[in-house]
Amino acid sequence: MENLNSYLIVSAVLFSIGTIGVLTRKNAIVIFMCIELMLNAVNLTFVAFSRYLGNFDGQVFVFFIMTVAAAEAAVGLALFIAFFNNKDSIDVTDANLMKW
Amino acid sequence: METLFFLIITFVAIISAILVVTCKNPINSALSLIMTFFCLATYYVMLDAPFMAAVQVMVYAGAIMVLMVFTIMLLNIRVDASKKHSHKVVFSLIIGFFTFVNLAYVLFKSRVAVATGPYSADMIKQVGHTELIGKEMFTNFLLPFEITSILLLVAIVGAVILAKKKI
Repeated sequence: MENLNSYLIVSAVLFSIGTIGVLTRKNAIVIFMCIELMLNAVNLTFVAFSRYLGNFDGQVFVFFIMTVAAAEAAVGLALFIAFFNNKDSIDVTDANLMKW
Repeated sequence: METLFFLIITFVAIISAILVVTCKNPINSALSLIMTFFCLATYYVMLDAPFMAAVQVMVYAGAIMVLMVFTIMLLNIRVDASKKHSHKVVFSLIIGFFTFVNLAYVLFKSRVAVATGPYSADMIKQVGHTELIGKEMFTNFLLPFEITSILLLVAIVGAVILAKKKI
């Protein structure tokens, strides 16, 4: 078993890559996938800390994060479909109805 | 041996995470993301959490990603390479770098000073990870578990209403 810090550094790297993806991409589905990547990086931190502290609260929390991610996926993808029906595109730059 | 395995998995995880961000076609991004999820499941196995690994593969790599790939297929987005990336790549790289530095600093420098819990590696192997998680979830976390069901119900109703033709 590796030590705690190596898991934390992997988690930090994955989270940063997810951040860069959210900031650079225009496709809403890819942005959504990058958010999932960030959620997973946090999950890895939770599990690593939980394992090293000998406490299962973190892993139960990961379970709830996965539930929230599933709900988020269902609602988010429905939103994308509704947006695509209106605009014929899922670029986030086309979501400018409220832009002044 | 395990360090080598860890390094290989880390390499694959980070490369596929970079591919998620850089691929032009959303389907390729989705497949790379599935690869990352499998690497994370491997980490969970190495952290003595096999139940979390199974849930990761089934819920994330199975359910959520299938939903995403279906949506990508349903929308049938045309890939035009001209305007895929916004022009703020350098700015985003700087932000991402500072996020990494910040996270790494906080995670390294923070000393976890709480008392450790009762679950050791031997206990997990002896009793079983799923049973321990189940006991924890249905005793200490019973109320959040019940609230989760309401969340899922709301998500189902919301998805059905949003996907209708006329909102």
